[in-house]
Formats: sequence, structure tokens, C-alpha cells
Amino acid sequence: MSLPELQKKLVAAARLKAPDERVPYAFEKRIMAQLAARPVADAWVFWARGLWRAAASCVAVALLLGAVSLLSPRVPAPGKDLSQDFENTLLASADLPDNSPP
Amino acid sequence: MEPSEAELIAAVLQGDRASFEPLVVKYSPRVFATARRYARRESEIEDIVQEVWLKAFDKLKTFRGEAPFEHWLMRLAVRTCYDFLRGHQRNRVSSFSEISEPEEDWLERFVAEPGHTAEDADAAKLLIDRVLEKLSPEARLVIQLLEIEDRSVKEIAEITGWSVPLVKVRAFRARGEMRKILSRMTRDKYL
Repeated sequence: MSLPELQKKLVAAARLKAPDERVPYAFEKRIMAQLAARPVADAWVFWARGLWRAAASCVAVALLLGAVSLLSPRVPAPGKDLSQDFENTLLASADLPDNSPP
Repeated sequence: MEPSEAELIAAVLQGDRASFEPLVVKYSPRVFATARRYARRESEIEDIVQEVWLKAFDKLKTFRGEAPFEHWLMRLAVRTCYDFLRGHQRNRVSSFSEISEPEEDWLERFVAEPGHTAEDADAAKLLIDRVLEKLSPEARLVIQLLEIEDRSVKEIAEITGWSVPLVKVRAFRARGEMRKILSRMTRDKYL
């Protein structure tokens, strides 16, 4: 059996098949009803929803940071004061006694 | 005087949904014909066409009016059919044992006298439907557009959104896939 010939015959058969253009009764009414049932797409609604979501996440982050700052110790332990350490380091050279010969 | 197509589209874009109905009435026969090439069950065909129209409504603002509305709509229809094929891939797996008697007769006649077998016979049409159903979605789409609807590679590239070389590669593979299916079908029956 010749497969290319069979392929050609079957493709020719498919070409001869007239496309069936029947449309079910009142199909357009169905489509219009589907469209009518959908909510109206409003750009402002989309933006408002996005902004509310962003606001909610900002509030959550602010609350989290607030909780962290409240729960962390307010008075730093001696020697743990970063600003004092920084000042000591910065002024270390000025605090050294002058040992150079007169 | 009835409004033109461009006027209807402009009205829909301005929020007048009712203006969409004449477009649905006018082009539904073409969309149904396209859907029937890719799906067999009437319920599936109606679902496809419904999806095409809902997509058309949603994407209408992307229609720039450079090409006729019909071309834009048909491109959308073919892409929706392709999505349908991809979503129903599992249903393709079946054997050729369920070939009907007329189809078997047609094949036997073809084996005996290849030159004298009528291609307009209903059995041949059923057979090609069966073969097309077994192809992968890409192969089926390419065979349908290239071989059956006789479209050019460039046209297929525009319809599908694939590049021209990709269409060529897929066409080559699709022909091979079809030949393989035919050889399996004839082997099942005649060996």
C-alpha cells in the first residue's frame, strides 16, 4: 500500500468536506446574555483595589516595625552604645597623650 | 441605513454592548465552521464559539482596523481552537480497532485499487477525521491550515503567531506524524 497516496486521498477527502456553518437557534442572544451578566470593567475599580492592597501591606509593615521597636530594650547595656563607641573611635587620636620629644 | 462594521465596533468600544450583536449574527456561521474543523461534539463546538466571542469582546480595543474585522476574528477563532486542542490532548489516545465497517471497506478498496477509490466518500471523510484526531495539537493545526485549507506558510505564521521557520519545521514534523499514524492504521488492519 502506498502511504503517500493514501495521505493524499484522505487530505483530498477532507478538502471536499464542506464547512458546516449551522448556528444554533438564538445563539447571539446567548452571547449577549453572557456579556450582560459580566460586571462592567471599570479602570477606577482596578486602581482602587490595587491601592487598597498596597495600603494594607504598608500598614502591616509599619505595625511589624513598631512591634520590633517596642519589644527591643530601650536602654542599651554599658559598652553597647553605638554612638559612644563611634565617638570614642573617632576621637581616639585626639585622646592619645602627646609623646613626641620637645 | 444600517451602521457599518467600523461604526458598530466604535459604538461597542464606547460602551454600547448592544452594537456587538449584529457582529455576532454576521460572523457566527464562519466561526462555527472553523470550530467544527477542530472539535466534533456539538457541545464542545458551542463552547469554543462562545469563548471566541467573549474574547473578541474583551480584546476589541486591540483591533486597530488595519485588516478586516473578519480576519482578526478568524485569527482569534483559530487560536482558541488550538487552545482547545491542547486542553484535550488526553482524548487522542485510542487505537484504530474502532474503525467502522464503511471505513474498513473504503480502506480495502484503496488497497485493491488505489487509483479508483473515491475521495468524496463519507467513509474517507470519517477516516481523515479519525487520523486528524490522533495528531498532536501543533500537527493538527498545521495540517488543517496548510494541507486542507491550502493556506501559505506566511498566512499560517500570521494566524498562529509562530515564526515562518517554526511553521516550516512544524509542517515537516506534522507530515511525518501523519504518515506514522497512517502506517499504524494500515498495519493494524492489514498485517
